Order: sequence, then C-alpha cells, then structure tokens
Amino acid sequence: MSEISVRLPTVLRPQANGQSSVNVTGSTVGEVVDGLVADYPDLESNLLDDGGAVRKFINIYLNDEDIRFLEKLETPVVQGDEVAILPAVAGG
Amino acid sequence: MLSLSRQSWLEILAEAWKVYPLEACGLLMAESARSGQSSSGQTGLDKPIKVFRPIHNAAQSSRIFQLDPMEYMKAERAADDAGLEVVGVMHSHTHTAAYPSPTDVAEATKPLVPPTWHWAIVSLAWGYPELRSFRVAEGQGDWSTRSGIAEERVWLNG
Repeated sequence: MSEISVRLPTVLRPQANGQSSVNVTGSTVGEVVDGLVADYPDLESNLLDDGGAVRKFINIYLNDEDIRFLEKLETPVVQGDEVAILPAVAGG
Repeated sequence: MLSLSRQSWLEILAEAWKVYPLEACGLLMAESARSGQSSSGQTGLDKPIKVFRPIHNAAQSSRIFQLDPMEYMKAERAADDAGLEVVGVMHSHTHTAAYPSPTDVAEATKPLVPPTWHWAIVSLAWGYPELRSFRVAEGQGDWSTRSGIAEERVWLNG
C-alpha cells in the first residue's frame, strides 16, 4: 500500500473539506478511489453510480495518463504517483 | 454579472474566431477565495475574471463542445499555482444565437457542474462575434418559465 496524492478540481472540493489535494493509500487506482470515497463520503454519489462503478462522465488520470488507456481501475500505483479526478464538461 | 477586462473579452472573441468553423471552448478563472467555500457559491459570485484559458474542443464539432479532459486538468493545476479557481466555462455557437442550447442546459445541470458557474457564449452566427453570459441551473430564470437560464450582464472592467 502506498500513499497516493489525489488532485481534485475546484468542482469536487466542497465534498472534500475544500482541499485541492488529499492523500489516500492504495495499491491500485481502484483502491485509491475506494479510499477516497471512504474518507470523503460526500464524494461517493458524484464519482460512483448505484452499482459502485465510476460514473461515465468522470475521468481519472494517473500521472497525466487516462487510466482507460492503462489498466483502468486495476492500474497499479506506487509512492509518489498522482491521481487526478475530473468530470467531463460539455455542451452544445 | 460577468466582469472581465477588455483583454479577456478580446481573447475570448479571438478564440471563437480562431477555432471557427468548429465550436471553441475555454475556462474562466477568478481569484481563489482560499477559504474552501469559494466554489460552494455562497459569496463572491461576481469576482472579476482574471484569466481566460482556451481549451481544446475534444469533440471537434461545430455543434457540440467537450473540454479536452487533459487540458482541463492542466488548467486546474495552473489555476492552483496562480491562486486562481475556475468559475465558468466559455464556448462558441457557430450557427445559433449566443443563448444556452437544450444541450447546454442538460450539461450545465449535471451534478458536478456548479450552479454558480458563468456560461459565457460567443455567437458567430451573424457574421460578427457576440458575447453573452448566463447562469444555468435548476431554479434559475424567469419565474414564469423556469427555464433554468438567467442571463447576466457582461461588464468590461478595464
């Protein structure tokens, strides 16, 4: 288990006591997300659907790489890594 | 009220032209309140825009926009480093008026889009750029229509 820095955009900070970055332990991106939601339960409904899967409009990055192009939630993380979580912003 | 400098205003219009015929998009940043409550929208709604940051339209469309997520992330980081925070989003309409489309309303009222965000829209439909700004959220708008759309004044502050 490594301590991972999770960077939160402005829109997610109200659910994390206003913090721009928090530390969570885990050995995969999925564990980091689980740990984040455990520490900040208000984030859960924003990040996860009713079945516990990450919502479609949420993008997760590990060190600036989209985890969809890595091993998704199974992507391993090590000390010093940075995870970033961002909603998709779109319009017409 | 969307308060911005002439410089930012020009940058916004220029970006719309530059990306035409595709839709342009970008983020509006204001000074961060650093209180942790700034994005909850209780106060400081009309903080002047300090920086307009163009963002690549990942949809590459003349009808829709999607902020390139990676650029969005980098913009968040740059904002943090500069003591700024994202307070709104800009995009252009290439064929229609500078007014929120049904798609805009649907996207703006999604859970993670703050109801306090400025929705600045540039129309290029009439041959000259027109910038208007809105708050788009549940409960916004005229009491008789409850459209979710409330236009706000665009104020050039210098």
